[in-house]
Amino acid sequence: MSDGRDRRGTDVNNRLINWFRYASPQSFYPLAGRMWPWFAVAAALLCAAGLWISFFVAPTDAQQGEGYRIIFIHVPASWMSMFIYCVMAFWAAVGMTLGTRLSGMMVAALAPTGALFAFLSLWTGAFWGKPMWGAWWVWDARLTSELILFFLYLGFIALTSAIDDPRRADRAGAILALVGVINVPIIYFSVKWWNTLHQGASVSMTKAPSMAATMLWGMLIMALGFWMYSIAVALYRVRAIILERERNAAWVRELAEMKA
Amino acid sequence: MNWNSPAEFFAMGGYALYVWGSFGVTALALLVEPLLARKRRSDIVNSLRRQIAAPEDNA
Repeated sequence: MSDGRDRRGTDVNNRLINWFRYASPQSFYPLAGRMWPWFAVAAALLCAAGLWISFFVAPTDAQQGEGYRIIFIHVPASWMSMFIYCVMAFWAAVGMTLGTRLSGMMVAALAPTGALFAFLSLWTGAFWGKPMWGAWWVWDARLTSELILFFLYLGFIALTSAIDDPRRADRAGAILALVGVINVPIIYFSVKWWNTLHQGASVSMTKAPSMAATMLWGMLIMALGFWMYSIAVALYRVRAIILERERNAAWVRELAEMKA
Repeated sequence: MNWNSPAEFFAMGGYALYVWGSFGVTALALLVEPLLARKRRSDIVNSLRRQIAAPEDNA
């Protein structure tokens, strides 16, 4: 990276240096260590507030009784499962074009959390579907494309852990992440493109949400809590991945936690 | 307030299995994942400490 930077003009260099400064695992490691506790605290507070709204503020639904309360985790978990995959694809693209090592580590750090949210989306969906539709599972376009997303996460984890050389694992994983991201709009628009049993979007960018304001707030706060949780756990995990991959670097040996 | 008693709260209007099955598994997952991440970190830190203490082992 330093070679590429040296050839550029000095003013470009000055602008780029702030961005690239934290692109090195050595400087990102302590930064991530300082950041994750803040995100963890924010996640705990937001999830507590979200749970309070889910159970004590949001009223009973006229049609679905108390069973509808599952949506307070189902919708945020589904959003996160799609959003995390997009973030993975973004870092994969950055890694492929700029060749920054940290990008591949970020992609690897996000995959287990994304897989978890995809699983939770399917699980809570099944527990909602059984009482409301009478079936744990149907081969509906929305459910099937979300299941494919879950398999894409598992496939990414299996593929990258099967390749010993981290740089080659990153490249193979990046291709899978970039090809697989086409599934995200398919999930999102599946309820429009196909005649699905799954209902349409509860919240959309273009029209007023079709639900009570307290329900919407509960879902948004819970989604924000899951978001903070994902950032906290990904930052924590990327620190472990940095140590695993940089284990022979001199700076790792100088870390305070290695002396204790 | 939606509930007149704790029993009513846990019964979830007859949807107890589905509501608690969803929230319970989600809570469990979001507690276990950080523990797994912490184990991954402590594994690599311990391994590196051993490596630094006895470099010739290369373990």
